[in-house]
Amino acid sequence: MLRYTLRRLASAVPTVFIIVTLTFFMIRLAPGGPFDLERPLDPLIMENLKRAYNLDGSLWSQYLTYMGNLMQGDLGPSFTKRDFTVNDLFASGLPISMLLGGLAISLAVLIGTILGAIAALRQNSWLDYTIVGLATFGITTPNFVVAPLLSLFFGVILRWLPAGGWSSSDPAYWVLPVVTLALPQVAVIARLVRGATIEALRSNHVRTARAYGLPARTVVVKHALRAAMLPAVSYLGPTAAGLLTGSVVVETIFGLPGIGRYFVQGALGRDYTLVMGTVVVIALFILLFNLIVDLLYTLLDPRVRYD
Amino acid sequence: MTLFSLRAGACALALMAGTAGMAAAQVTIVRGNDTDPATLDHHLTSTVAESRIMNDLYEGLVVQDAQAKVVPGVAESWEISEDGLTYTFKLRDDAKWSNGDPVVAEDFVFALRRIMTPATAAIYANILYPIANAEAVATGGKQPEELGVEAVDEHTLKFTLNAPTPYFLELLTHQSSLPMHRATVEAEGSNFTKPGVMVTNGAYKLVSFAPNDRIVMEKNEHFHDAANVAIDRVEWVPFEDRSACLRRFEADEVQMCTDVPAEQMAYMRENLKDELHVAPYLGTYYLPVKGADGSPLKDKRVRQAISMVLDRDFIAEEVWQETMLPGYSMVPPGISNYVETPPALDYADEDLLDREDKAKALLEEAGVAEGSLTVQLSYNSSENHRNTMTAIADMLKNIGINATLNEMEGTNYFNYLKEGGAFDIVRAGWIGDYSDPQNFLFLFEGGVPFNYPRWENADYDALMDKAAVTQDLGQRAQIMADAETILLDEVPAIPLLTYSSRALVSGKVQGYEDNLPDVHLTRWLSLAE
Repeated sequence: MLRYTLRRLASAVPTVFIIVTLTFFMIRLAPGGPFDLERPLDPLIMENLKRAYNLDGSLWSQYLTYMGNLMQGDLGPSFTKRDFTVNDLFASGLPISMLLGGLAISLAVLIGTILGAIAALRQNSWLDYTIVGLATFGITTPNFVVAPLLSLFFGVILRWLPAGGWSSSDPAYWVLPVVTLALPQVAVIARLVRGATIEALRSNHVRTARAYGLPARTVVVKHALRAAMLPAVSYLGPTAAGLLTGSVVVETIFGLPGIGRYFVQGALGRDYTLVMGTVVVIALFILLFNLIVDLLYTLLDPRVRYD
Repeated sequence: MTLFSLRAGACALALMAGTAGMAAAQVTIVRGNDTDPATLDHHLTSTVAESRIMNDLYEGLVVQDAQAKVVPGVAESWEISEDGLTYTFKLRDDAKWSNGDPVVAEDFVFALRRIMTPATAAIYANILYPIANAEAVATGGKQPEELGVEAVDEHTLKFTLNAPTPYFLELLTHQSSLPMHRATVEAEGSNFTKPGVMVTNGAYKLVSFAPNDRIVMEKNEHFHDAANVAIDRVEWVPFEDRSACLRRFEADEVQMCTDVPAEQMAYMRENLKDELHVAPYLGTYYLPVKGADGSPLKDKRVRQAISMVLDRDFIAEEVWQETMLPGYSMVPPGISNYVETPPALDYADEDLLDREDKAKALLEEAGVAEGSLTVQLSYNSSENHRNTMTAIADMLKNIGINATLNEMEGTNYFNYLKEGGAFDIVRAGWIGDYSDPQNFLFLFEGGVPFNYPRWENADYDALMDKAAVTQDLGQRAQIMADAETILLDEVPAIPLLTYSSRALVSGKVQGYEDNLPDVHLTRWLSLAE
């Protein structure tokens, strides 16, 4: 198990290397540069700027410099948020994205699993149909619709919660973003758990457990649900990585200083280092969560062994 | 005690508690901004959003008051030499930095030399080129010490200019000529903009800057006019999503928005009548016309015909939802230093059908048969630009000109135009840096990279050169009006719309006045309960 984990971690290094290299050259292929404004700059000033930001050398030497700095954990200066380094931006933004994403994932797993299990146990009842209907609605309603509606309803009309903005000390500011992030995930998880539970309830090991006369609660929770969590867990890996690294839509609509917006702001502003930094962070999260999912499998499913 | 007096007593108590709380609480205003500043080093800034922050943090020699009139700032008075080449400013004795240091002439000299030093890579250095030797210093030909600005003594600052510049005082209200606290900048290097380090001389000082969240400022108690600054704390919140600002405005979490969502103009006109401010702005949305060599577009009659059939009212009202105003001149109306009745295209009030007939006649005169001319309309990606161009294509069809649309990515678009790229008709916008016609008319002088159509007219250039050396403001205005008359006759660029400034201002905010450059320093505002 430990050897497996170490091997997976080691294999992540070349993966990240390839992702970073590809991104580095791809973003440079995009026309324009970080200092191309609507009102074009004097050529001399442009030259000075490029020199100040090490953009005057050959692309290859810029790549080597970037990789060298990256090895030391230095993601470089931001071109568009010039009072900050990319490290500064992530240091302040990542905890916020992780807090909101983490709460959203926890909420989604909790409610999604309960709803899914109820729907499965009461299959084809009105309860089941209601849950499945709501879940379909949840999956198909995009968050750029949900977020303004929540903000309008709870922030502007009822004034129960802030309509937007951020405070790291007042959880009232967290509620609407977390709910927006969690809603579609609740729906997906509920559907996954429902399907898998129905299947598990019909499986041999559950039938055997029932035949032994085990209490219904034990059969459902310990044997059926545990197996039923597998599809949800593999879905949650990349989803968690995505949620923890922020959502551009939710952050823009609620005005949250997470890191989700940096990818889009960086790409549109040709802020090369900021885009690269976001890619590195997201890649690391995805690799990490895929590993966590695989390790969780061994805990949930006795048939899976990595040694 | 009767019920009535009980109630009155409770009311009195509540009132007392209320006033006690108010005395202790500081007055905070939350102001929306278009976006975060790229940096708080004002030498590296260029946008309007950045100027709002800078004008709260710093005070220049002169400042714009609530009506955007130029009034004394750090300078209490000034003298202009008879030839218009020397400006001598007398600095007030009580101007202080936020750390208590006095603001001296040397602080301005230091800042101006710094912005002109090539190594600073200042985006807007060229706006100060009227100062003697500025261009040579910025391009490395001369040393910063040779710049035409001098600290005669602690409280006297002297500028020497290359040529008379009637808009020089307007120019000094731009963030490029704000002072800098020399000791901090020299000691801290690029860290001088950090909260706790940054020293400013304006009504406010920096408390914190969290990107994508807010910039917090508090009143600078050393500010010379601190007694008249009513708001203690300003929070500037960036809104990339204008609807988000509207929602937070309606929830009273934000008291001012710098822009509004165009698609909700109707809603706001209905429900936020008193809060919504739409005012003409110092900007022109226009269509440069170029065409390949030998194209009918090189014939001014064809350009006139195209200009004539554009239904500017429709575009302003339907496409832009009245966030733009119809425009019939290159220089926005209401600008300073201009003639009483500025030149304008004369068919604003004519019936569109008559205009179409006239346009067809002009095309016939120019030998352009119906359906024989196809033009490409290019624009940078944006829904509104696309809709504008689509509408224009439709209007051109009415006079037998076919039009195709060509969408280009924004980042590259203006570089392409500036470098003399080929095009038929494009869109462009220009926001003035200062309120003077020269700032719009210079766009079409020969050799200027912003002259996208590469239009050359010797008479026009001669008039602009003459205006540049004319002392008398009245004469100068007339010369520039003559130049614009040529421009509107030749229409190398078709004026289409005048920008407007849109703002939401809470009823609690007092001291806010609509003005052409859309400048509203927090120091002039107050909040009523």
